[in-house]
Amino acid sequence: MKAVSPGSRGPTLRALGLTLPLVAFIGVTFLAPLAAMLVRSVYDPVVADALPETLQALAPWDGEGVPSEAAFAALASELVAASDARTVGQVATRLNRVESGLRSVVTRTARRLRNAEINPDATTPWRDAVVSVADAWEDAGTWRAIRRAGERVTPRHYLNALDLDQGAHDEIVRQPEDLRIYVPLLVRTLVVSTSITVLCLLLGYPVAYLIAHAAPTRANLLLLLVLVPFWTSLLVRTTAWIVLLQSRGVVNDLLVTAGVIEDEQRLQMIYNMTGTIVAMTHVLLPFMVLPLYAVMRTIPSLHMSAAASLGASFGQAFRRVYWPQTLPGVGAGSLLVFILAIGYYITPALVGGRTGQLISNMIAYHMQQSLNWGLAAALGGILLACVVGLYLLYDRLVGVERMRLG
Amino acid sequence: MNAGTNAYVEFEGVHKSYDGETEVVRDLHLSVQEGEFLTLLGPSGSGKTTCLMMLAGFEAPTRGAIRLGGRTIHDVPPRQRDIGMVFQNYALFPHLTVGENLRFPLEVRGMDKAVAAERVRDAMRLVRLEGFEARRPGELSGGQQQRVAIARALVFEPRLVLMDEPLGALDRRLREEMQFEIRRIQRTLGVTVIYVTHDQQEAMVMSDRVAVFNRGRIEQVAAPEVLYEEPERPFVATFIGDNNLLRGEVVDVDGDYCQVDIGEHTITAFLVSPRAVGDTVVLAVRPERIGLADEPGTYGNEFVVPISDVIFLGDHLLVRATMGEQGDFVVKIPNIVGHGAVLPGDRVRIGWTATDCRALVPDED
Ligand SMILES: Nc1ncnc2c1ncn2[C@@H]1O[C@H](COP(=O)(O)OP(=O)(O)OP(=O)(O)O)[C@@H](O)[C@H]1O
Ligand SMILES: [Mg+2]
Repeated sequence: MKAVSPGSRGPTLRALGLTLPLVAFIGVTFLAPLAAMLVRSVYDPVVADALPETLQALAPWDGEGVPSEAAFAALASELVAASDARTVGQVATRLNRVESGLRSVVTRTARRLRNAEINPDATTPWRDAVVSVADAWEDAGTWRAIRRAGERVTPRHYLNALDLDQGAHDEIVRQPEDLRIYVPLLVRTLVVSTSITVLCLLLGYPVAYLIAHAAPTRANLLLLLVLVPFWTSLLVRTTAWIVLLQSRGVVNDLLVTAGVIEDEQRLQMIYNMTGTIVAMTHVLLPFMVLPLYAVMRTIPSLHMSAAASLGASFGQAFRRVYWPQTLPGVGAGSLLVFILAIGYYITPALVGGRTGQLISNMIAYHMQQSLNWGLAAALGGILLACVVGLYLLYDRLVGVERMRLG
Repeated sequence: MNAGTNAYVEFEGVHKSYDGETEVVRDLHLSVQEGEFLTLLGPSGSGKTTCLMMLAGFEAPTRGAIRLGGRTIHDVPPRQRDIGMVFQNYALFPHLTVGENLRFPLEVRGMDKAVAAERVRDAMRLVRLEGFEARRPGELSGGQQQRVAIARALVFEPRLVLMDEPLGALDRRLREEMQFEIRRIQRTLGVTVIYVTHDQQEAMVMSDRVAVFNRGRIEQVAAPEVLYEEPERPFVATFIGDNNLLRGEVVDVDGDYCQVDIGEHTITAFLVSPRAVGDTVVLAVRPERIGLADEPGTYGNEFVVPISDVIFLGDHLLVRATMGEQGDFVVKIPNIVGHGAVLPGDRVRIGWTATDCRALVPDED
């Protein structure tokens, strides 16, 4: 144990105290939303809150055939109550996500019940009255869907995000081929992010080398050039790529003028995967150059001279002496670029077209369009798991304490 | 072979300028014999490192020729020069172990693994670092790192070893120990070494010969004792050991000796290079060659001078006297006279023989 001298505790506490505003800020703006998102990905109380008695009546049901009259009665009264509370839409949406087609069944049934168009009497019990609205109520699948949607804590969103589904007996099955969206998209995101990371490394390494071993004034100028993109808005930079790469854009015009390609063969370089990769590589390049530069600056150029005097060619000296010493920078830069890339949203949204979309665009879609926040949260959770996994891998291979970011 | 010389390393009329204006090395002529330990000694910025860099191939001379083993080496890239170099800051590769650092020059030469292992073992034994192969340089002390750097520069049996102030970063005791070690290793292997330092004592202790650098020029190349006893330039006279310098005019020349008028006195001095009557010379007298003359007529040159200060240093006294307009004058007296024999304010008779007083051509500036 380390002895703390009495005098040193005060300043340490004060220093900690000074960081409190930041700690609070991070708590409110980062940790809390993150926690809320993770909770939302596994917790969904809407159906459970709206249909408590129906769910209770369904509890003894064995999942085959049609449930008891009590379940129908509870459903009818709770649907009416939900209509009055204007929550029936949410309930219908949730049920529809478990079993598609249920949205209209539920809203229609609720409307008819509320308007008292169907009423049970001695001869027609609740069951017949409800079934008269839609045959789906005679289907065991519908009721199983209600029971599943009624679970407050549910793996549903994660299964959904991984293109999995629960079968009739809660067994996990893969979605049919044509319905698998998210896993291919996730794989595509990982592949694209890897490509961008590799491209950034290939482009950024020589630049960082040049800056790190240039004379100070020139190094400052070069560093400035690397940082200039940070001074322009991301939107401007991205739209600049549209100007350059579109089919009537600068690059195509030049190629046609130079006779490299015919006018009819103009290259499609934007609104597809090419556009996404080009623009994102550009945007993320500084995040590779800066950590590399920080590491390279600490490597004395004398090492290369020493290697040469020991008889090594430039290639040997680079491979054996220089490159290994830059690995912490390579690791840090690649980690940074990769993590930024798998979560990147704006650039693919603007220049990705249909084929250049990444997982984060899908998350945005579920946040803003389909309003399936649970699924969006689950997709985000999976992304987070990828990042954490990568970080742990990096720690194992390189050691986080050796990471240098700038 | 270059006609007439059998020098192993040879600089011939070498000039070097980095910016095209100031020459940091001017008209350098220097020959080093095979197996010799030659030291380049000079103040900071005098061009010593530049000379090593030209030899190692990291800088090219602006003019002149550099030969190694009789051949000019201008067109040979550094990696093919086969010269071992010990850098001032060691330049050990921090991500490799000591063993891997030593194996590096052997591996890039494609040497057989078993032979390389043998060589590494021998080199480690030579620098007395057996058992440290698996450590990284960062886990060694400064002196140990220095030994590794030396071992690495020797392990591939280069034709020539260059060392640029290799002991600069070490404390005094370690430095003295390493001076001895380096000299031992050099003698054991019989390898030719060109060594750079700005510490004159280090140069004296280690070298067969010392080349004294001053502002890009060599002032004198000679064995340490010759440099001390027979300096040819005022710069050398003061840079190596202490010296009293007196400026004066030659009033008479008689063979190897001359009479020099320094203002109040006329002094008989040994003429190092021919001078005519009327020329200005600088007289150099070592403090320890000056004695107290109890009886007049003990020395060839005698003066009665006032004492301004006496410093007691145990085995000797440092007496500061005033020599007319020439200012301070230091006399070193062995402590056989006893503390208190000479006191500030006294006027004493001091003197030296004519052979101990060298008349040198003044430094140009
Ligand atoms: N790469 C360089 N570019 C320009 N000038 C240089 C360069 N290297 C050295 N110089 C200049 O050349 C002169 C001699 O430098 P050098 O390094 O040879 O001196 P040195 O004798 O080794 O000095 P020190 O004892 O301080 O190491 C100095 O004035 C220095 O400023
Ligand atoms: Mg130097």
